[in-house]
Amino acid sequence: MTELNSTDSAALIRLSAAELARKLAAGEVTSVEITQAYLDRITAVDGGPRGVNAFLHVNTEEALAVAAEVDAIRAAGGTAAAELHELAGVPIAVKDLIVTVGQPTTAGSKILEGWHSPYDATVVKRLRDAKMPILGKTNLDEFAMGSSTEHSAYGPTRNPWDLERIPGGSGGGSAAAVAAFEAPLALGTDTGGSIRQPGAVTGTVGVKPTYGSVSRYGAIAMASSLDQIGPVSRTVLDSALLHQVIGGHDPHDSTSLPDALEDLVAAARLGNVDGMKIGIIKELHGEGYQAGVENRFNESLELLKQAGAEIVEVSCPNFKYALGAYYLIMPSEASSNLAKFDGVRYGLRVLPEQGPLTIERVMGATRAAGFGDEVKRRIILGTYALSAGYYDAYYGSAQKVRTLIQRDFEAAFARADVLISPTAPTTAFKLGEKLNDPLAMYLNDVATIPANMAGVPGLSLPGGLADEDGLPVGIQLLAPARQDARLYRVGAVLEQLLEAQWGGPLLDRAPSLTDSLPAVAAAGAPSNHGGSH
Amino acid sequence: MIDATLSFEEAMEKYDPVLGFEVHVELNTKTKMFSSAPNVFGDEPNTNVNEVDLGMPGVLPVVNRTAIESSIKIGLALNCKIAETCRFARKNYFYPDTPKNFQTSQYDEPIAYDGHLDIELSDGTVFRVEIERAHMEEDAGKLTHMGGAAGRIQGADYSLVDYNRSGVPLVEIVTKPIQGAGSRAPELAKAYVAAVREIVKNLGVSDAKMERGNVRCDANVSLRPHGRERFGIRSETKNVNSLRAVEHAVRYEIQRHAAVLDSGEPVIQETRHWHEDTRSTTSGRAKSDADDYRYFPEPDLVPIVASREWVEELRATLPEPPAERRKRLQADWGYSDLEFRDVVNAGVMDEIEETIAAGATATVARKWWMGEIVGRAKNADVDPGQLGVKAETIVELNKMVEAGKINNKMAAEVLDGVLTGEGTPAEIVEKRGLAVVSDDGPLLEAIDAALAAQPGVADKIRGGKVQAIGAIVGGVMKATRGQADANRVRELILEKLGVQA
Repeated sequence: MTELNSTDSAALIRLSAAELARKLAAGEVTSVEITQAYLDRITAVDGGPRGVNAFLHVNTEEALAVAAEVDAIRAAGGTAAAELHELAGVPIAVKDLIVTVGQPTTAGSKILEGWHSPYDATVVKRLRDAKMPILGKTNLDEFAMGSSTEHSAYGPTRNPWDLERIPGGSGGGSAAAVAAFEAPLALGTDTGGSIRQPGAVTGTVGVKPTYGSVSRYGAIAMASSLDQIGPVSRTVLDSALLHQVIGGHDPHDSTSLPDALEDLVAAARLGNVDGMKIGIIKELHGEGYQAGVENRFNESLELLKQAGAEIVEVSCPNFKYALGAYYLIMPSEASSNLAKFDGVRYGLRVLPEQGPLTIERVMGATRAAGFGDEVKRRIILGTYALSAGYYDAYYGSAQKVRTLIQRDFEAAFARADVLISPTAPTTAFKLGEKLNDPLAMYLNDVATIPANMAGVPGLSLPGGLADEDGLPVGIQLLAPARQDARLYRVGAVLEQLLEAQWGGPLLDRAPSLTDSLPAVAAAGAPSNHGGSH
Repeated sequence: MIDATLSFEEAMEKYDPVLGFEVHVELNTKTKMFSSAPNVFGDEPNTNVNEVDLGMPGVLPVVNRTAIESSIKIGLALNCKIAETCRFARKNYFYPDTPKNFQTSQYDEPIAYDGHLDIELSDGTVFRVEIERAHMEEDAGKLTHMGGAAGRIQGADYSLVDYNRSGVPLVEIVTKPIQGAGSRAPELAKAYVAAVREIVKNLGVSDAKMERGNVRCDANVSLRPHGRERFGIRSETKNVNSLRAVEHAVRYEIQRHAAVLDSGEPVIQETRHWHEDTRSTTSGRAKSDADDYRYFPEPDLVPIVASREWVEELRATLPEPPAERRKRLQADWGYSDLEFRDVVNAGVMDEIEETIAAGATATVARKWWMGEIVGRAKNADVDPGQLGVKAETIVELNKMVEAGKINNKMAAEVLDGVLTGEGTPAEIVEKRGLAVVSDDGPLLEAIDAALAAQPGVADKIRGGKVQAIGAIVGGVMKATRGQADANRVRELILEKLGVQA
């Protein structure tokens, strides 16, 4: 094996998954070299008081073993080499909400500290089948409840663009890992925006697939009817490649769709939006959205128009109820899903300090000590919303709102092939800024929640940097259920147009995080953030 | 504390009982309701479990299709309507036998509803029990309380939990309030549960063993003064797990309620625990309709769609209902009511049917099963069917008797030989040298000797008292060590004495 010097290594980790896959297939690099380069990067930037803290667990030994296996198969040639998956040997990080054999799974909570799953999530099985080395488990808001990763019991993840800022949430760890070049790919979960909003604020790509497109088996449930696993990456094509690995029917998940996946990679490679109708959602921009976000959003519309798309405006009048209804359905389901964490069978068990050791008291003490404030807040909300006498007014009404949101989407998709909006109203805020203001925190997801409520797919891609703070802005694309391919088609075209303007990927302008690893393309990039004007 | 009771008769004079039953039937599917773990009784604790049954983080349920089919079959057998679509719900409560701390159950959308079951009582009347619903749910694990008295949770040091039963498919059958049974209420209770048990056994969807908890009954009892419309306050006696216990528990609760009402106190709405040893109930926890289980539709499962085609396909596979089958068999066989009831109570109806199918007449089949085999089973303390007597064996034995090769006494001996595994009837007859003495010569000699020994009897027979012949036949049989054909002996005696039979 050739030893890479630090410059080679720095270049390697900045390649997209598709490029890594091509180099591996061409024999230009080994999986061990790639995997080691990412592990080194994790060592360099993730730990310490000012580290990114994207990883809760680094899976060095197993990742390198899988990488070596892929290299050996490739070196031996023959059928086995020919049958290797396209992404074989390309490493990936997994959100710590998804269970893995051989590594701990904490869900970002003290209540599962040290717990090892006896089984693999279906998506993890599929990663293993594709022989993708798993670099480790990424940080998240406890049980995916939050929009900043500050609610992790293991400390917040920092945004690689500004270490004093949040990386979004709940999947801040996966987004930050990809943005900080600690992984080329990651898995996230998205219940109300937990893949897309972190993507937006870290300048990365994140996709929430159609509900049922990817098996949820092995993703620790927050809100079963809203949760969806999806890809996190630096390019639209990379997300399509990963979606293709993890997607498709799973008999272990009754809500998984029976249909075969569309060819998402082909859609990402199609390269045109000519004649497509793209709908601006009237209710998801303008008032309440940061000026820099609005500017980048308008630029993207302009680019798509120039590329031959027709821009139309659609109205989704019931979206204004989405956040309220979401904060009834999500906590209701969460209150039930999290009941199993009681100290009886696994995880933390805390005995009450005084008084008799009855099962109720042990359960109570365990949950009191094991859950953080945000989790408790949502369990209490949900328990209340489901209570006899309140059910119709709360959970029942929220389900009706859900139907109205679905109808809004149907009407909008009757007029447009794809809808577009900013992913989040603002760029990354400062750590601690909204921690004590739950409502302000919840508003981060105002644009992403409708997709979860209706089960439709959504993709966030970088739209440039906001003028006022130089931080990434996310553009969200939404498509009808089972039409995830449209997201990749439009997303890849928009990405190409934007990068042509920027003279390279947006992440080339992010801080290097290490003195020894200067940002590669900083020299050639335009000095003003995010746009040509 | 022992509760006061009135005598049953006094209670009946004053009050009118209203009953209601929740019968839980464990289905005998190969795997569990929502997981692929085996559904097997009696294995080592916590061996028939996987991550789903243990409620591990991240798991999801998948509905067992066979369990749905079984549930539909039960619904059809109870004359229910089958819902075109229905959903599961979550019943949320914290208890360590429930790994997810919610039970996945049907709530407001049962798979079967609005049925009825006609129950035949011992006086021959038929009582119709209306079925409110039959719904699917999963069983909980089993707790064993250690260190306390009598395995109860009170005073226990710790409890062990076995999740083998966790997730076993259950169908809960709920009646509407049963009114008008009067003093027949305890009998009706037993007969109803017996009928449900028979139905699920006949359908083949449950092992239906009450002693294993395959069929469990919660019995609701309330009393109201005669003539009053409004129901009284009910108690729910849990897990009454034998047919006799159902009858006794209902009777006891009627007597207890009557005493409470007589004292002027209100009946407390509560669950009661049945104690077989004292044949009484004790107070469980107070139960109110306001118990808040925070039901909501199970989001991890999609609705179950039972197409009409599927339901009709299942209906076509249903076996004949037990009550109809009994009527048909009794008519076919020509048994009297009493004879047939004895056959049913002895548990040999299926065996007699098989024996007739193998070529025996109904009379012969009944004679063998009721006359020979049931008694042997009782001595061996097993069910008659478990003795392993084949229908063909009986047919073969009977043919030998009819052909005069052996007599009834020998046949019984041969049957014993078959039961101890000596061989087929023919082999045993051969081996033991059994044969009816069919040469009349030796018989006539023996008859002469017998008549000479009992001259008075011979005279009686000549005088027309033919029934006295038994004493002479007996003497001949004794002399021939049982190897004579008694019918032939009888004929020869009558011939000899010149008497017409």
